[in-house]
Amino acid sequence: MMFGVSYSQWMFILTGAGWTLILSVLGFLGGTVVGLPVAIGRASKSRFPRFLTAAYVKLIQGIPLPVVMFIVYFGISIAGYELPALVAAGIAMTLYSSAFLGEIWRGCIEAIPPTQWEASECLALNKVQTLAHVVLPQAFRIAIPPTVGFLVQIVKNTSYAVVIGFFDLTYSARVINNSTFKPFVVFTVAALIYFAMCYPLSILSYRLERRLKRHSR
Amino acid sequence: MDYGFDFSFIGEFWPSLLEGLWVSTRMAAVSLTGGFILGVLLAVARSQDSGLIRRLAGGFVDLTRNTPLIVQTFWLFFGLSALEIRVPAFYAAVIALAINTSGYTCEIVRAGMDSVHHGQKEAAACLGLSKARILRHVVLPQAIEKMYPSLISQFVLMMLATSIMSEISVEELTAIGYQIQSQTFRGFEAYLVIAAIYLAMSWLLRVVMTLCYNVAFPKQRHIDQARSAGSRQARDKALSGTAMNGAKS
Repeated sequence: MMFGVSYSQWMFILTGAGWTLILSVLGFLGGTVVGLPVAIGRASKSRFPRFLTAAYVKLIQGIPLPVVMFIVYFGISIAGYELPALVAAGIAMTLYSSAFLGEIWRGCIEAIPPTQWEASECLALNKVQTLAHVVLPQAFRIAIPPTVGFLVQIVKNTSYAVVIGFFDLTYSARVINNSTFKPFVVFTVAALIYFAMCYPLSILSYRLERRLKRHSR
Repeated sequence: MDYGFDFSFIGEFWPSLLEGLWVSTRMAAVSLTGGFILGVLLAVARSQDSGLIRRLAGGFVDLTRNTPLIVQTFWLFFGLSALEIRVPAFYAAVIALAINTSGYTCEIVRAGMDSVHHGQKEAAACLGLSKARILRHVVLPQAIEKMYPSLISQFVLMMLATSIMSEISVEELTAIGYQIQSQTFRGFEAYLVIAAIYLAMSWLLRVVMTLCYNVAFPKQRHIDQARSAGSRQARDKALSGTAMNGAKS
């Protein structure tokens, strides 16, 4: 017993924290795979991919994440599949983080001066080569601090998966609160665990940003 | 996949959809106002010379920004009821949202104020303007111009975040979606409709905030226009210049 919450109940909360981490990693990996083409499309000079990706980003950013979770969850179930909540939550987190990462990375791609494109055109590189060898490596460096900063949002927003009953840190804390009714103890600990996951990332992102600023001066 | 889409529930549920929309709108409006005021106060506190006040405000901002809104809400809502303080869920939700958004607003306001070059303040002081006038006529107009886009995004995000409050049984829009789902078993369609309403709301909020900006800062709008026209002219000039050079050679 610790603060009126038993050892096994604390272990239950820690298990939830583990699932929060797993969902965060899934959300980030999915967000990277889908978000990179979105960013390239958003920064493209031709109109069609720009319009398509802009519509995608506007759509996802205009809908609350819990509602995205519900749509994916019920969408999967009407397609006739019985999949665990982790899959629905993972897809929803992928949609969410790809839209935001796409916007962040677009800014990084557009921050590369147009003279770089022109110079590689002079070297007779085609568009794909320019992107792969000239623009993206430079954009990558600028992209690291805001991407690390966005990881905080991903970890925090996995908590919205409780709406579809995904067993994460928030969900397990609520279950333990329901049985012990020690809200201050339980949710303070839950908040501290989230804080322990997010705060180092925040600090890291801030430091990287400062270092980048110093370098570019 | 054989699935017949059926949106017929709208006929029966539109009054409760409207009611949920009204609750969501009210919740967003109150918490945005409260969060904005709290955020500006925090930004002022973080720019104080006194180390204690600065550190307290900084710690508060770090705490609110690095823990999820829903955990903050549960902490407040269940915590208050454990203390046997009866607060309607709506007000608990508003307080949680305001506290959550104040941390972000504080950082946005601070970044906006920092972006004004200190030479501007010194120049204004040389002209004999008082501190209040420097703030009103020199710092704020430039700071607001810089922070306005981030403020709009933050406000839209916060409006969308009201959707989680169905978890503490506030009867807002998302809660209505759940109600429709449990009565008609049309969860997918119900949440598609809800999503469309949120989409319209975020679009409307953006439009209204941009209009407000144009009305509140008519001068700023002209400056912006002149600037973009100026850069366009400069670009045209540069282009025609290269064209002429080409013709010469």
